[in-house]
Amino acid sequence: MSASATQRLGEPDHERAREPRPPGHTHDAFALEVDDLWAGYPGQPPAIEAIDVRVPVGEIVGLVGPNGAGKSTLFKSILGLVEPLRGEVRAFGQPIRDARADVAYMPQIEEVDWDFPVSVNDVVLMGGYRRLLPFAGWSRDDRERATAALEQVRLAEYASRQVGELSGGQRRRVLMARAIARGARLLLLDEPFAGLDAAVQHDLLEILDELVKGGRSVLIATHDLACVASCSDDAICLNKRVIATGPPATVLTEEVLSRTFDRHLLTVGTVNLSLAHDEHLSAD
Amino acid sequence: MDAAIEWLIDPYRFEFMRRALYVLLIVSIVGGVVGTFVVHKGLAFSGDALAHSTLAGVAIAFVNGANVSLGALIAAVATALGIGWTQRRGRVSYDTAIGIVFVAMFSLGILVISRRTSYTPDLFSFVFGNILGVTDSDLLGALLLGAGTLIFVAAFRRELVMVAYDPATSATVGIPVRFFQYALLVLIAVAVVVALKAIGIVLVNAMLIVPAATASLLVRRIEQIMALSIALAAIASVIGLHLSFHANVATSPAIVLVACAGFAVALAATSRRRSTLPAEVTPAPRGADA
Repeated sequence: MSASATQRLGEPDHERAREPRPPGHTHDAFALEVDDLWAGYPGQPPAIEAIDVRVPVGEIVGLVGPNGAGKSTLFKSILGLVEPLRGEVRAFGQPIRDARADVAYMPQIEEVDWDFPVSVNDVVLMGGYRRLLPFAGWSRDDRERATAALEQVRLAEYASRQVGELSGGQRRRVLMARAIARGARLLLLDEPFAGLDAAVQHDLLEILDELVKGGRSVLIATHDLACVASCSDDAICLNKRVIATGPPATVLTEEVLSRTFDRHLLTVGTVNLSLAHDEHLSAD
Repeated sequence: MDAAIEWLIDPYRFEFMRRALYVLLIVSIVGGVVGTFVVHKGLAFSGDALAHSTLAGVAIAFVNGANVSLGALIAAVATALGIGWTQRRGRVSYDTAIGIVFVAMFSLGILVISRRTSYTPDLFSFVFGNILGVTDSDLLGALLLGAGTLIFVAAFRRELVMVAYDPATSATVGIPVRFFQYALLVLIAVAVVVALKAIGIVLVNAMLIVPAATASLLVRRIEQIMALSIALAAIASVIGLHLSFHANVATSPAIVLVACAGFAVALAATSRRRSTLPAEVTPAPRGADA
């Protein structure tokens, strides 16, 4: 069962499974290196323990795990918002605090106030924000980059729309355009596919693919096993610790997934594992 | 025609009416700018709490012969910081925390006043507003606080908007999110104090909420909402001021009622617009399925 389930999961839902690396391939450059990272919040046991993560330059890495597995804590550590208790995070060989401008974050859609009266273009401009300078406005360069990013996600004609008028897929694309406009080489995407139908996911993956071809590196936190299986070069299964890491075909096995999602998948068995593929099972 | 001009010009023969007009224009500008954030971040209740909390500062300053507006400012800013603090680490919900801070400060104010046996008209002018009692130093105070508020918003408009729209991502680009969340509450506190003497504790929140809410029905972008709510507040202020002068009614409720009437009109106009079918769609005939 394990093999067939994995096969099904690995099937290119979006007809765009990424080319597997040639055998014996080694990486010489990493966009992100996380070494023995322990992190958490005051007064609580560590949320993540002994985490090792590598995102090679120009690749997409999918981070899979149930709610409470520490995905957001890991993201916050990578973004420099949570001080590690132990261990180290480096982006492009630099300690993360020196590499902030090279990391762009795309939050979960619920983190954003979609009713706030700003236009699509206003939001994408925010990507160009650099530092606290009183009375500063957006430069011509910021505006040009915002326009280019909007074109890249094919939202140019929506530039003056109020963000609240956009559909779920368009909202994702606005946030992605903002991350692109930041000009960072590493993108961290938090649940970019949640609640999207297959066609819209496909559009997003296409944009991601272009970004990666342009040399950007991407780390995606998601519940969506099918997307990880089809779009990422590597998968990382996280549940407080790294359960397994490697190419999706070898990592997304029933055994690893049941350990990652505790008993969720173990108890639902074969039938629902294929459902997970069809309906983009979310683990909550 | 002459009568209309007379109606408009006549009140300003009096210096207290001119001062009233100036202070109302300052209130309109500050209220429009800060009120846009109040309306769009769901801070209406915080605004009301900040307004009521000023009673404690007003009462304590009054009893001790200190500057009453300064007392109001200290009470409002302290309450703003208290609200921000409970928002962060409260084990009760945000609105419950505000409700508690609000009644505590208001009760303290009433308690202090109740110790005085004589009638205290100056104090009640803060509760219900006394636009015609605005002095030159009140006007100067409003001008300074208003200018400070506008300068801060202009200086950090990008940060204020980014934190309001998406605090999580703002933190990742190095914006001190917590500072700006507190700053917004302090801006509301200052805006309340700017309008306090003119409008009064009970109604001051209206100058933050009503014009901005009306403007939000009519335009979409934050700069447009700010500009339009300043204009709407100024129009309501002038109409209210004239009504009170000519009809001999209290000024601040007149202004607030005019502003609320404007809101009702805007709401009615935009609701009708929304429920209309596009021209190319013909409505389904009634009872077609019968």
